[in-house]
Amino acid sequence: MAKGIKDKVAILGMGCSKFGERWDSGAEELMLEAFKECIGDAGIDTKQLQAAWFSTAIDEVHVGKSGIPLSTTLRLPNIPVTHVENMCASGTEAFRGACYAVASGAVDFALALGVEKLKDTGYGGLPGGRGGPLQALWSANGTAPGNFAQLATAYMTAHNVGYDDLKKAIGHVSWKSHQNGAKNSKAHLQKAVDMDTILNAPMISSPLGLFDCCGVSDGAAAAIVTTPEIAKSLGKHDIVSVKALQLSVSNGSESGHNSWDGSYFHTTRIASKKAYDEAGIKNPRQEISMFEVHDCFSVTELVTMEDLHISETGKGWKDVLDGFYDADGKIPCQIDGGLKCFGHPIGASGLRMIYEMYLQMQGRAGERQRKEEPIFGLTHNLGGFPQRNVCAISIVGKYGA
Amino acid sequence: MVGITAYGAYIPRLRLNRQAVYDANKWFAPGLRGQAKGERSMANWDEDSITMAVEASRDCLNGDGAEGTFDALFFASTTHPFKDRQNAGVISTALHREDLSVADFAGSQKCATTALISALDAAKNGRTVLVAAADRRQAKVASTNEMQYGDGAAAVLVGGKDAIANFLGAHSVSKDFVDHFRGDESETDYTWEERWIRDEGYAKIVPPAIKAALAKLNLKGSDIAHFVMPALMAAVPKQMAKMCGVAETAVRDSLAANLGDTGAAHAVMMLAHALEDAKAGEKIMVVAFGQGVDVLVFEATAALAKLSKRNGVTGALARRKEEKNYMKFLAFQDLLPIDKGMRAEFDKKTALSVLWRKRDMLYGLIGGKCRVCGTVQFPKSQVCVNPNCHAIDSQDDHAMAGLEASIMSFTADSLTYSPDPPAYYGMITFPEGGRFMADFTDSDKEQVKVGAKMRMMFRVRDNDTMRGGFKRYFWKAAPV
Repeated sequence: MAKGIKDKVAILGMGCSKFGERWDSGAEELMLEAFKECIGDAGIDTKQLQAAWFSTAIDEVHVGKSGIPLSTTLRLPNIPVTHVENMCASGTEAFRGACYAVASGAVDFALALGVEKLKDTGYGGLPGGRGGPLQALWSANGTAPGNFAQLATAYMTAHNVGYDDLKKAIGHVSWKSHQNGAKNSKAHLQKAVDMDTILNAPMISSPLGLFDCCGVSDGAAAAIVTTPEIAKSLGKHDIVSVKALQLSVSNGSESGHNSWDGSYFHTTRIASKKAYDEAGIKNPRQEISMFEVHDCFSVTELVTMEDLHISETGKGWKDVLDGFYDADGKIPCQIDGGLKCFGHPIGASGLRMIYEMYLQMQGRAGERQRKEEPIFGLTHNLGGFPQRNVCAISIVGKYGA
Repeated sequence: MVGITAYGAYIPRLRLNRQAVYDANKWFAPGLRGQAKGERSMANWDEDSITMAVEASRDCLNGDGAEGTFDALFFASTTHPFKDRQNAGVISTALHREDLSVADFAGSQKCATTALISALDAAKNGRTVLVAAADRRQAKVASTNEMQYGDGAAAVLVGGKDAIANFLGAHSVSKDFVDHFRGDESETDYTWEERWIRDEGYAKIVPPAIKAALAKLNLKGSDIAHFVMPALMAAVPKQMAKMCGVAETAVRDSLAANLGDTGAAHAVMMLAHALEDAKAGEKIMVVAFGQGVDVLVFEATAALAKLSKRNGVTGALARRKEEKNYMKFLAFQDLLPIDKGMRAEFDKKTALSVLWRKRDMLYGLIGGKCRVCGTVQFPKSQVCVNPNCHAIDSQDDHAMAGLEASIMSFTADSLTYSPDPPAYYGMITFPEGGRFMADFTDSDKEQVKVGAKMRMMFRVRDNDTMRGGFKRYFWKAAPV
C-alpha cells in the first residue's frame, strides 16, 4: 500500500516575482523574475534541471498553450516541460508534478514554475466565457464572486448565522489580510484598511463587497525540488521537505445531487484528511503552525478553515472574530497577505503559498516572520466554484519533523 | 364538430406606465398627452415572440399532461425572431414535441386568425392543432404606436372533440389596403392617416365581410354575445358592430388600458379573454383586420365551464410589476446605444451541432431518472450522479420544465454583464431530485430568498449579434 511522499522531496530553492498590476511586464518577464531568485536560491545551474512543470490557468490571454513558453523564456536545455492547468490549483499541480518526478527517482532536479498575466484584458476581474460550447448554452450567466457569494447564503442558512455576524466575520478575514499584506513588499496590495471601509464597500455580488474579493494580479513563482540527500550534499541545512500533496476533484455530486447543501467544500474535507494521513498529522489544530489558504473571497477562507478540520463546522466565523487566525493569533492564516493582498496570479498562487511557508520555515520572512518557530505549514488551493471544483493541498515542514 | 378545446395566454410581467413615457417625450411630442394614461405590457429583455408563445402554449396545454394531444403547431407573428429557421419548430422543441407538422404564419395583423382558420380546416380532417400567436413589436421613440402597442402571446388548441367553443364558420376577404407597413429595411411600422384608415378601410371592408359571415351562418348581428375585434382606434369596433347590428354591449374590451395591442396575437388574446366570460350557448365573433379581414364565429359549449383552471388573460394580467423607467424600456427594446462594457463582448457563437445533439436538454429541459436508484438529475448523463449509485446508461428521460423548484443558494451579481443588472442566479433544487445553477428572471430583490418557490420559464439567454442575431434560448427560474 502506497504511503505517500513524506520527506522524500526537499525544496532546494524558491523564487517569487512581485505580484500586482505589472503594466511593465509580460508573462515572460515575470517568469524570469521568479526564476532568477529561485535558481540563485537553489545554487545550481539551469543546465542541471532535468524536467519542468509549467502552470498557467488562463493561458489564452498571455502565453498560450504547451510547455514551449517556459522552455523558450528560460532557454531550458531541451528537457521535458509539461504545461499543467487545473484552474486555481494549477500552481500546486506543477509542484506535485515536479515532486513526484523526484520522489520516483526519475530525476534529481525538477522545476515547477507558475505564471499568470491577467492585466492585458482591458477590464477588471477574471476573463469569462471559457467553458466550451455546451456550457455556453446553459450555465448561469455568472462570475466567480457570484458563485462564491452563494457559499455565504448557504452557510448562513445551514448554520443560522445572521447577515451582520457573517459580514463582520468575513470583513475580519479581509481586514487581517490587509494588515499582513502591509508588511510584504512583494504584495499586490500593501495598505491596511479599517473595518468601516470594508463593511461599507460597494457590493460586487451580494453579500460579497469589494473587499471580500481578492486582487486580480500578474505574477510568477517557482520552486526547484530535489531529494533531501542531494540537498544535504549541496550543503543545505534547515531543509524544508514535502510532507503531503493531495488533490480532490468534484465529480458532479455537489452540482447535480441534492445531498449537498452548498455550505461547505466537499473536496476540501476529503483532500485535507488524506493530506493529514500522508503527513502523519493526527490533530491538525494542534500540529499545523500556519496556513496559506485559497481566500479568493473572504467567505471561502472562513468556510475552508472548517473543511480543513481546524474550526468546528458552523463555528469558524467565531474563531475568525476571536483573532485565532490573525498574524499574532494561535494559527496565522495568510501571514503574507493571502490571495486577498499578496495577489492571485492564478497559475502562480499555489507556488506563492509554498514560497511563504518555505521562507517562514527558514526564518527568512523579514518583518512578517512568525515568532514561534513553524514546524508544519499547510497550503490550500480551490479551483472552480463551490459546487464544482478542484481542491489541492500541500503540507510542507521541517525535514524529519 | 370542430372547435376550440383549450386556450391560454401569456403577458410579460412588466407594465410600462404611459405617463412616464409621456413625461420623457412631451418636450418633443406634446400631442401624446391624450395617450398618457394606463399602462402597456413590456417584454423583459429576455423575451421575444417565441418565448412568449411557449408560455402561452404551456398555459393552453395546462401542464405536461396535454402536451401529446396535438399533431400540428402553427405560430403566428409579425416579429418572428428568425426569417429562415422554423420559428414554430423552436416552440415545439421547447414543448418536447417533434412528431408533428409545424408552420409559421406571418405578414399581417390578421395572420393569427388565418392560422386559426387553417387549423379548424385541419381539424375537420381529424387533426388537432395548437395555434400560438405572439408579437413583440418595436415602435419609434415618442410615437403613438409606442403608447398603443403591448407585448404578449395567446394560444388555442383546436380539435374535433370536447370543444369548449364550437366553430360555426368563417368568412375572409383579401384587400391590399395598406394602412401601415413594415418594410424589409425597418424595425418599426409606417402608418397612414387614421381618418382614411377608418373611413376607407374599416368602414368599407369590415361590415360587408361580417354581413357575409352572418348570412352564411344564417345569423343576425344581435345573435352575437361577444364581439372580438382588435383595433388601435377605440371607436372602430363599436362602429363596426353598430353597422352590422351587433349590440354595443357585446363589443369586447380591447384591453388597451392596461395591456396594449399585442399585434398579431391580439385577436386570439381577446378571444381567450372572451372564453373566460362566455356562457354555454353564447356566440363569439372574432374579426381581424389586416390587408383584408377574417371573420370567425364560435359558440361556447357546456364543456367550457369544466375546463381546468389556467392563467388565461386575467391571470396573466394579474402577474404584474409597474415599470416607470422609460430608459429601461428603450434599452430592452435595443433602442439605446448603452455602454455595455467589455464583458458584453464575449463571443456568443453557438455550436449548432451541439445545439442539435442537446436539444432535449436545452430546449425541452429534459433531465434523467435513474432506473437503478430512482434519482432524478439534470442534465441527464451517462453515469448516475447519485454518489451511492453511479450506474451506467441507466437513465430515462424526465421532463423538468413543469416542475416547481426552490432556491438553495443565490446571489445578485453586479460584475457579470446583464442587460438588467444585477444578475440574479442561484442553485435551484427540484424536490423529486435534480438541481442546477440557473439564471433567474422576472425577479425582484424581495422575492429571491433561500427556499423561495420557482417555476421554469423558456427565455432568451443571449443574442449572437456578431452573426446577424442568433437568439440562444434556455430555461430560467422565475418566482412562482
